[in-house]
Amino acid sequence: MAHAATHHEGTNYLNHERGLWSWLTTLDHKRIGILYFITVFFFFFIGGIFALLIRTELFKTGVTVMGPETYNQVFTYHGAVMVFLVIIPGIPAFLGNFFLPIQIGAKDVAFPRLNLMSWYCLILGAVFAVSSLFVGGADTGWTFYTPYSISLKPGVVLMVVGAFIAGFSSILTGLNFIATVHKLRAPGMTMNRIPLFIWALYSTSIIQILATPVLAITLLLIAAENIFQIGFFDPALGGDPVLFQHFFWFYSHPAVYIMILPAFGVISELIAAFSRKTIFGYTAIAYSSLAIAAVSFFVWGHHMFVSGQSEVAGVLFSVLTMLVGVPTAIKLFNWIATLYKASINLASPMLFALGFLFLFTIGGVTGIFLATTALDVHLHDTYFVVAHFHYVMVGGTLMALVGGLYYWFPKMFGRMVNETLGRVSFFFIFAGFNVTFFPQFVLGAKGMPRRYFDYLPEFEHLNQISTIGSYMIGIGFVVVFIAVIHALLKGEKAGDNPWGAKTLEWTTSSPPPHENFLKTPIVTAGPYEYR
Amino acid sequence: MSTAKTRTHHHAHHYESATHEYDTSKQGMWLFLVTEILMFGGLFVGYAYFHHIFPEIFKIGSTFTDWRLGAANTVVLLFSSLTMALGIYYTQMNDRSKARLMLLITILCGAVFMVIKYFEYSHKIHLGLMPGSWYTADAQAVLEHAKEKFPGLTEIPSNLPLYFSFYYMMTGLHGIHVMIGMGLIFWIWLRMGRGWYGKDHYTGVEGVGLFWHLIDLIWIYLFPLLYLVT
Ligand SMILES: [Cu+2]
Repeated sequence: MAHAATHHEGTNYLNHERGLWSWLTTLDHKRIGILYFITVFFFFFIGGIFALLIRTELFKTGVTVMGPETYNQVFTYHGAVMVFLVIIPGIPAFLGNFFLPIQIGAKDVAFPRLNLMSWYCLILGAVFAVSSLFVGGADTGWTFYTPYSISLKPGVVLMVVGAFIAGFSSILTGLNFIATVHKLRAPGMTMNRIPLFIWALYSTSIIQILATPVLAITLLLIAAENIFQIGFFDPALGGDPVLFQHFFWFYSHPAVYIMILPAFGVISELIAAFSRKTIFGYTAIAYSSLAIAAVSFFVWGHHMFVSGQSEVAGVLFSVLTMLVGVPTAIKLFNWIATLYKASINLASPMLFALGFLFLFTIGGVTGIFLATTALDVHLHDTYFVVAHFHYVMVGGTLMALVGGLYYWFPKMFGRMVNETLGRVSFFFIFAGFNVTFFPQFVLGAKGMPRRYFDYLPEFEHLNQISTIGSYMIGIGFVVVFIAVIHALLKGEKAGDNPWGAKTLEWTTSSPPPHENFLKTPIVTAGPYEYR
Repeated sequence: MSTAKTRTHHHAHHYESATHEYDTSKQGMWLFLVTEILMFGGLFVGYAYFHHIFPEIFKIGSTFTDWRLGAANTVVLLFSSLTMALGIYYTQMNDRSKARLMLLITILCGAVFMVIKYFEYSHKIHLGLMPGSWYTADAQAVLEHAKEKFPGLTEIPSNLPLYFSFYYMMTGLHGIHVMIGMGLIFWIWLRMGRGWYGKDHYTGVEGVGLFWHLIDLIWIYLFPLLYLVT
C-alpha cells in the first residue's frame, strides 16, 4: 500500500510509519482495517475459486472435472472459507475497523492491542483451517453436522479448531466496538447522532459477543468428540446429534445477522449520501437493527423443522422467524422513502446499493417461504435454500461490501475508483448473480437436493445457465480487483469529500492523518443533514 | 526486586484521561466475562438437557466424586477470591508489598485447587472412569459401588460414560481457566514488583481480579452439579 502514499504531501496513516514490520505491529485501527481488507479479499479469491470449481463440476451430469470425494471437500471449503474468513469479518472488521472510530470522532478503537490480536486470531484460525487440507481435508460441509463430523477425521479437527480461533477474532472485535461506541464518542456525538452504519455495527457486535462463544464451545466439543470421543453428540455413546444442531444454529442463525446487519449499515450510508437527502426514519432504521439482533436469538429452530423437533417448537420458530421480516421491512421501506423525490446520483457505489435493495428483497422474502413449516418440508435441503442464502449473503452482504469499498476508497487511499470500471463490475456481478442463482430457485422447487455431486438429466439445462452466471460473477470480481489496483496506481486524486456526504469521516483529509482528526471534532448536528 | 520505586502510567493517546481509560477497560472486561459465561453456558445447557433425559446416570456417576474434596476446593477458591479482593484493595491503598503477598496467596490457592483436582482425576482414571468410548471401568465394581448409595440398583445404564464426559469437559475447561488465571495473577505480581500499579492505576489488577472471581463463581455452580446430585 505504501506506493499510494508516496504521491501524497503531508503525513497520513499510510506514511506515518513505513515498512512491513510497522504494518504487522500497527495499533492504528485504520491500518488494521487495511490488513483485514487484504486478508478478506485474499480469502474471497480462494473461496471464489472453490465456488467456480463447484459450478464447473455441476455443468454436466456425471464426473466433469472431479470425483465425488473431492467435490464434497470443495463445497466444504467454499462454505467454510466464505463464511468464517470472508463474510463474517468482511464488513465489520474491514470497513468497520476503519470507519467506526472516525465516524464517531474517536482517535482509535477502545483497545487497539486487542484489535491487532483479533487480526492475528483470524490469521491463525485460517492457518489451522487451511492446514486441514494436508491431513486428508474436511468434507462435512461448513455446518459440521454430527455424527458424520465426529467420525475421527484429523482434517475435521483442524478445521473446527481453525473456526474456533477465528471465532475469537469476531468476539474480540465485537467487544472492542461496543466499548468504543459507549465510551469514545466525540463531544456532541450523542447516540441519536451516530451514523446508521455505527448502529448496525453496534447491533452486530452484540450478536458477536453473545452468540459466538456458544459456537466456540460447540466447536470445542466437536474437537473433543474427535479426539476423546466424549459422546455428547454421538448416538452410539448415548449422546444426541440433534443437540449439536441446536447448539450450532443457536450461533449460526444470529451469525446470519452478523453477516447482513453491517451490510444494512453500509446501505444506509450509501442511500443517504447518494440521494442527497436526510435519511427517512433514522430512529426506525437504528432501532430495527437492535430489534433484528434481539429476535435473531429466538429463531434457530427454523433450520430443524425436519430434524425431529416437536410440532409446537416448529410452529413457534416459524412465527418468530417471520417476525424478523418486520424490522427488515422497516429498513427497506425507509430506504425507499429516502429515495422518493431525492436527487439521486447513480455513481457506482449507489448502483451496488440499489442492486442490494433488489437482491436482498428476494433473499428476504424467500426466507419467509422457508420459514413456513409446510413449505419447508418440501424445500428443505434443496437448491431453493442455496439460492435463498446466496441472495442474502452474496446479493446482500457482498454487494454492500463492494459498494462500501467504492464509496470509502477515496477516503482510505486518497484516490477515486474509476467510474467505468466500477459500473462494468456492477453489471457483471449483478447480472451474473441473477443468472447464477435464480435458476437455483427453480431447481430447488423441482426437487434438486443441495450438496449432491450429481443430478438428474432434466436439471442439466438450468445447471448450465447457473454455471455460466457464476463465470460472469467471476469476471465481475476480476474487474473489481482491476479497479482497485488501477485506483491505487493511477486513480484520480480524491478531495476530502468527493461525494458531498455529511458524516464525520468526510470532514478529515483523504487519507486521514494518524489520529484521524487534527482537532477532535465537536458535533452539533445529526449525520445526514442534507435537506 | 524493589517495590519502593513507583512507575507512573500514562493513559493511551486516544483517551482523554486515566479515568476515561479505566472506565473503558473495565467495561471491556465485563463484556469479556459475558462471553465467558455464554461459553460455559453451552455446557450447562447440555448438562440440563441430558440430566433431564437420563437423570440416573448423573446420580450414579456422582457417587464416584468425593464431595469432601469438592467442598475443600470450594473453600479454597472462595478464600482465594477474598485474597484477590484484598490484593486489589491494597493496590488501591498503594501498599504494594501487602498487595503482592495477597496475589501470591491467591496463586497458591489456585495451585492447591489444581493439586486436589489432579488427585481426583488420577483416581478416576485409575478406575477406568473415562469419558465416552475411553471408559473401561469394571461393570461389576461400578454396580457394587453405586449400590452403596442406591441399594435397589440392578444394572448400570450403558450410557454412564456420558456423565464422565460432562465431568471432564466441565472441570477440564474450568481447570484451564484456573491455570490461565494463575498465570495472569503471576504476571500482575511480577509487574507490581517492578513498580507498576498503585493508587492511581490499578486497572490490570482489577481486571484480572474480575476474571478470577468469575472462575470462582463458575466452580460454585459446578460443585453441586457434579458432586451433589441426588
Ligand atoms: Cu436461520
